[in-house]
Amino acid sequence: MGELMIGLYVFTLATLAGREVITKVPPTLHTPLMSGANAISGISIVGALVVAGRAEGTLQIVLGVAAIAMGTINVIGGFMVTDRMLAMFKKR
Amino acid sequence: MNQEILVELTYLVSAILFVVGLKRLQSPATARRGNAIAAVAMMLAILATVVDNEILSWTEIFVGVAIGGIAGGVSARMVKMTAMPEMVGLFNGFGGGASALVAIAEYLNSGANVGTGTYGVSIMLGTFIGGVTFSGSMIAFLKLREWMTGNPITYPFQKTLNALMFIAVIVLAVLAMGVGTAGQPLTMFWIMLALSLVLGVTLTIPIGGADMPVVISLLNSYSGLAASAAGFVIMNMVLIIAGALVGASGLILTMIMCKGMNRSLTNVMFGAFGGTAHVDKSQIGKRPVKRADAETVAMELGYAHSVIIVPGYGLAVAQAQHELRKAGDLLEARGVDVKYAVHPVAGRMPGHMNVLLAEADVPYDRLFDLDEINDDFENTDAVLIVGANDVCNPAARDPNSVIAGMPILNVDKARRTIVMKRSLSPGFAGIDNDLFYNDNNLMFFGDAKQSMSDLVKAIRELA
Repeated sequence: MGELMIGLYVFTLATLAGREVITKVPPTLHTPLMSGANAISGISIVGALVVAGRAEGTLQIVLGVAAIAMGTINVIGGFMVTDRMLAMFKKR
Repeated sequence: MNQEILVELTYLVSAILFVVGLKRLQSPATARRGNAIAAVAMMLAILATVVDNEILSWTEIFVGVAIGGIAGGVSARMVKMTAMPEMVGLFNGFGGGASALVAIAEYLNSGANVGTGTYGVSIMLGTFIGGVTFSGSMIAFLKLREWMTGNPITYPFQKTLNALMFIAVIVLAVLAMGVGTAGQPLTMFWIMLALSLVLGVTLTIPIGGADMPVVISLLNSYSGLAASAAGFVIMNMVLIIAGALVGASGLILTMIMCKGMNRSLTNVMFGAFGGTAHVDKSQIGKRPVKRADAETVAMELGYAHSVIIVPGYGLAVAQAQHELRKAGDLLEARGVDVKYAVHPVAGRMPGHMNVLLAEADVPYDRLFDLDEINDDFENTDAVLIVGANDVCNPAARDPNSVIAGMPILNVDKARRTIVMKRSLSPGFAGIDNDLFYNDNNLMFFGDAKQSMSDLVKAIRELA
């Protein structure tokens, strides 16, 4: 089985797992869910690290730094703002 | 154990923790820890990547992290809860942008020679989806921030032009992979990137302000797919998994939002709804209504056994949620059973109103969504509707109405309804609301914040 097929299996199963987990999130938490998921999509920072770490040309370096900066905004900002929101949810 | 296996196992643990973190979001009691778990998962993934890859130039990485960390941290601390939709939109755009940049850098690294295999196709997908997510999210941000008109922007042949651009992107992507004799793959690649960015804009501008919750959710889904595509580029499983989770989450929220407005996704994307509905507006607000002042409303609510409060976005615009909570607390102190009914599209993104009420210290176990509370209205003494309109318009039950079939809160089944609103002007749907003219309805006109603090005073003065 080639890498592509393994990747597709993983992608499909992860999508199904995501569907199972996320349909059970109550509407009250939909905004934190979205901003938390958003922070998770900052996972592309992993790709940015790989690319920036081995960049050679000037353009590639600029692109790598920009990718890391954008990914970091997404990750740090996303998790922090989600935490700020969730801290406000209190039971009586 | 050699290093490669250790790195792979760390990625696996990271993927598991992402799922566990999201799972904890199923209850407000565990959600905060869930978010922290997801953050740990992210840290593990980053750590494994740094160990696994020979990082030649740390300077670039530190510069990028410093810029992004400060910008992200400061905005996360400063942002107002009412501004959360545009904040999420902006962050989302950066996530898509980062994925696109990864794909672009990979393309350049390969010397514009990527082939037509998984690698090449993933790079094209990452560039395209990431590009659309980036520019689309920026437009959504500008619209939500009101730095740009919230009305749909339309022009002739819009859909045809979009379709042609989409086809052009596919053709250019194939050429950029080095197929054919065009001989200029790099040039084709840059044109494809430019067209992707243009498409993000032209797909988002025809969507009206009221439909932004759908767009934000959909772009959220795209940013996940872009991350997955980037995962296929560097064949990294944790990227593929995390991207797939976000893609699924965004898609589910999109569907929930569409259902909340009883519109199909195609209709939201291509219908240019909001402000263009053709209805007779000449009769709006011409019929007689019963008016009430703060004292009357206080009596109606203060002597009721049960009260349901229906908050709408007008409440948040007026920043009246804190006063509302005070009124709710005073009523509860008098022994009134107070509940809050939140419609799925009450705010400007899924669950937005719940966050705004949580910020005002309304306990989350008092908040109920449409399905949970809709049968309770008929046994409720009084309903207080603050800054909401279309979501409780009984016209949705009339098959000939423009909002026919939209799920509404059955407020008109309660013994008494009180609508707190500036005027009789229509909501996003642009139609009159029969509820206002019902016999058992009272209109409490005024600015929500002022009216609410008058109401708080009046409830305090009740015997």
